[in-house]
Amino acid sequence: MLVLKTLVLGPMHGYGIAKAIRTSSSDALDIEFGSLYPALKRLELKGWISAKWETSENNRRMRVYRLTPAGRKQQLQEHSKWNDFVAAVSRVMEPQP
Amino acid sequence: MSVLKKLRYLLPGFRRAEELDMQEELRSIAGMAEPGELGNLTLAAERRREVWGWTWLEQWLLDVRHAARTLRHNSMFTVAALLTLAIGIGANAAVFSVINGVLLKPLSYPKPEELVAVRQNAPGAAGLANFVDGLHLSSSQYFTYSEQNRTFQSLGVWIAGNANVTGLAEPEQVRTMLVSNGVLQALDVAPEAGRWFLAGDFIPHGAANPFGGGIPTTVMLSHGYWQRHFGGDRSAVGRTITVDSRPFEIVGVMPEGFRVVNTEADLIVPLAFDRGKVTLAGFAFHGIGRLKPGVTLAQADADLAQLVPVWRDSWTNGHVGDGRIYESWKIAPALRPLKEDVVGNVRDLLWVVMATIGLVMLIACANVTNLMLVRAEVRQQELALRTALGAGRGRIVRALIVESVMLGLMGGVLGVVLCAWGLRLLLAVHPANLPRLNEISIDLRTLVFILALSVVSGLLFGLIPALKYAGPRISLALRSAGRIASVSRERHRARSLLVVAQVALALVLLVSAGLMIRTFQALGTVEPGFTHAEQLQTVRIGIPPSLIPETERVTRVQNEIADKLAAIPGVTSVGFATAMPMDGAEPDWDNIYAEGKVYPDNVIPPLRFFKYVSPDFFHTTGTRIIAGRELTWNEVYGFRPVALISENLARELWGTPAAAVGKRFRRYIGTPWQEVIGVVQDVRENGLQEPAPLTVYWPPLQPALGPFPMNAERAVTFAIRSDRAGTEGFLNQVRQAVWSVNSNLPVAAVRTMQDLYDQSVARTSFTLVMLGIAGAMALALGIVGIYGVISYSVSQRSREIGIRLALGAQQGELKRMFVSHGLVLASIGVAVGLLAAAGLMRLMKSLLFGISPLDPLTYASVPLILALATVLASYLPARRAAAVDPVEALRAE
Repeated sequence: MLVLKTLVLGPMHGYGIAKAIRTSSSDALDIEFGSLYPALKRLELKGWISAKWETSENNRRMRVYRLTPAGRKQQLQEHSKWNDFVAAVSRVMEPQP
Repeated sequence: MSVLKKLRYLLPGFRRAEELDMQEELRSIAGMAEPGELGNLTLAAERRREVWGWTWLEQWLLDVRHAARTLRHNSMFTVAALLTLAIGIGANAAVFSVINGVLLKPLSYPKPEELVAVRQNAPGAAGLANFVDGLHLSSSQYFTYSEQNRTFQSLGVWIAGNANVTGLAEPEQVRTMLVSNGVLQALDVAPEAGRWFLAGDFIPHGAANPFGGGIPTTVMLSHGYWQRHFGGDRSAVGRTITVDSRPFEIVGVMPEGFRVVNTEADLIVPLAFDRGKVTLAGFAFHGIGRLKPGVTLAQADADLAQLVPVWRDSWTNGHVGDGRIYESWKIAPALRPLKEDVVGNVRDLLWVVMATIGLVMLIACANVTNLMLVRAEVRQQELALRTALGAGRGRIVRALIVESVMLGLMGGVLGVVLCAWGLRLLLAVHPANLPRLNEISIDLRTLVFILALSVVSGLLFGLIPALKYAGPRISLALRSAGRIASVSRERHRARSLLVVAQVALALVLLVSAGLMIRTFQALGTVEPGFTHAEQLQTVRIGIPPSLIPETERVTRVQNEIADKLAAIPGVTSVGFATAMPMDGAEPDWDNIYAEGKVYPDNVIPPLRFFKYVSPDFFHTTGTRIIAGRELTWNEVYGFRPVALISENLARELWGTPAAAVGKRFRRYIGTPWQEVIGVVQDVRENGLQEPAPLTVYWPPLQPALGPFPMNAERAVTFAIRSDRAGTEGFLNQVRQAVWSVNSNLPVAAVRTMQDLYDQSVARTSFTLVMLGIAGAMALALGIVGIYGVISYSVSQRSREIGIRLALGAQQGELKRMFVSHGLVLASIGVAVGLLAAAGLMRLMKSLLFGISPLDPLTYASVPLILALATVLASYLPARRAAAVDPVEALRAE
């Protein structure tokens, strides 16, 4: 889910995704690269993201991942599911007025 | 979609491309990141490879390759295990394919589930218990049932017979099948050439027999007869052949393998009943029908049941009486699926054989498990090493099971080969008159069975060692390498249990084999009612009316043939009868009225089996005359009202055989009384296992009686006693003798009485052979099992033995120790086995004869045999133990 969310912002390469997750969660979520890297392949096989070799501005060949339409739909779904879940948990956890 | 994508990764090229891709990406990423920031990149790559998803498959392949290597390196073990498995699986597969072909496959007619055998019971008809298969149908019942039922698509009756065909080559007696309208429609097998019989073919031409059978003019050929005599020429249809000296037009040919129930025939002839002449009686025909779709047996039963009174009121028995006399018979239809008629009485037999062979398989599995245990023990260090190097428990269990399942599958492949051989052998032996033999083959279902059996047995004997040795006992195993550690009791328990189970199973099998041997013995003491069967030649000769029209002349010709046969050198005696004992001919039955007995109105006296016999017949067959004497030719030609009866009939009617001589009886009310001139020994007409029927023996020539004209039996079997019986030279002389009387007479059904006798015990001898083989295999495997356990224990305990010897133990004492160890195991097995056998043998009851399923002799001797075998199997390794050199054994420390 985090990967999909990250890619909503735009196409990104593997290292970028790892960094983005770490920074956007202010280092709270330190996802091991060893877990992230296989996950990318899994999402690719599911058809939610696609990968393509591209050449960057500084002339580096890198593999860039981007969301597919199916992945976008999935992201929205998971996002709202997550929101529901968070709402439910917080309803329980928040002190009653 | 995802699956498809994943499948692409099975292609090596695709995998390679992906791998290169990944390597490059990782390099680029590593170039961007700070060193160490991303952790172990190799592990990341390895885990990413798992996502492609075929790692597990690769691991399996690895296991398989490893297993193959291990099996190859331990060739002794592999050969022993494979051989055991192949024999076990092969035997099981062979028996299963027989069961599949005979019992499981549907009949090879279209929509076979609609086909029924039309049978009926008549519990009120005394003497009917003698009928093996209930009351057959009469021609009048055929008319009523087939025309007025509401539940059948078609219904007909049929009967097998014989006829002479002349004019094609040598005169030949052929098997015929007489079918009424409705039989071919019910079976619904299209002719190979020409057409079925049409309604017109069932219109009788010319003289009818007393039960309304008229003469048809058309005939159909079987495929085989068509091939033999017309070379498969389609123009045979429309030609005319001479059957019983009358012309018949060939209208069609039935395809290969066509049979009615189990009867195959050369010619199929219409049953042309003369409607005006059929009577109530004449219950001679088999009924067959095809139910309307969706009709149940019970509905059809009810439908025919309401037609029974209709039938009784619609027909008469001529002057003898109307249908009221049958009310007391309580005739009730008892339809059953046609398949049950086809399968007959082999169902129990086949399941018993299957169960036996299944037990043998279990014993074989136990043996292989034992081998695996030994090997696992030897491989403890290897396994421990693998565990130490990081292999999980699951991984090791998997590796061991892959190995054993592979063994199982290899055994299965060999088993298929053995099964094919076994089947070919079985078909060559043609045992126990198995029905549907031609339908037995190794089909898909058999192959699936073999596959399942191989995998299941592989799992069975793989699981025990796998679970036992995959455990985390590394330190123990590594430390105890070799013979230093003493053997724990616990490790022995599995093997001992297996041996106990083996002995128990072997005991069950040996008991079943023993019971069959005892059954065979019991059959041997049964007096069949004839003697020296191997010296008794039988030949069947039929004289059609068209060849010799005059009735009395028929008997005279038969008399002449008998005289000519008696003149052959070496022949001591000749006689003839309408049928020989045990020859499977359709039986004849009559109601017999004894003089002086009062039969209330509407009660028919019991039905009695009857035959026509010539003078000297009993002298020839060796049937003892218990009182009185045999018939003479003078009495035959003088139409003397005399007859012979069997001993059991004499006892029932008049108390003793002697008292019966001179008494009188008759078969129809209003006909003259016939005098009993002799009482003969009971004859086991239906086989050794069936009680001898109460029998009347009439002279072969009968004067006109009431509605029946003078009658001579035209188809009779000659019995010739000679010690040259069965030899080719003798048979040639027999044929010459017959043809010297009339050259148009075919000589058929050439057999010795021994053939008939063997046939009647074929079922028992087949079971005996099968159970004997199974028992022998079980015994051998059991001995090997015990031998294995004891000798293994000897080799493991050699150090202990050395100590004992060093401390002064006697060699004899040591031997006794090991032998008694074997005996303890065996006696536990025997105890368990005896209990199991006592329970299971009840299932075999229908196959036994003359002994109880708890026959004491068998139950006493089998454990004795097993004990002897155990002593032998444990003595050999025990002797090795005693020969251990204490110095050698202890030095190993």
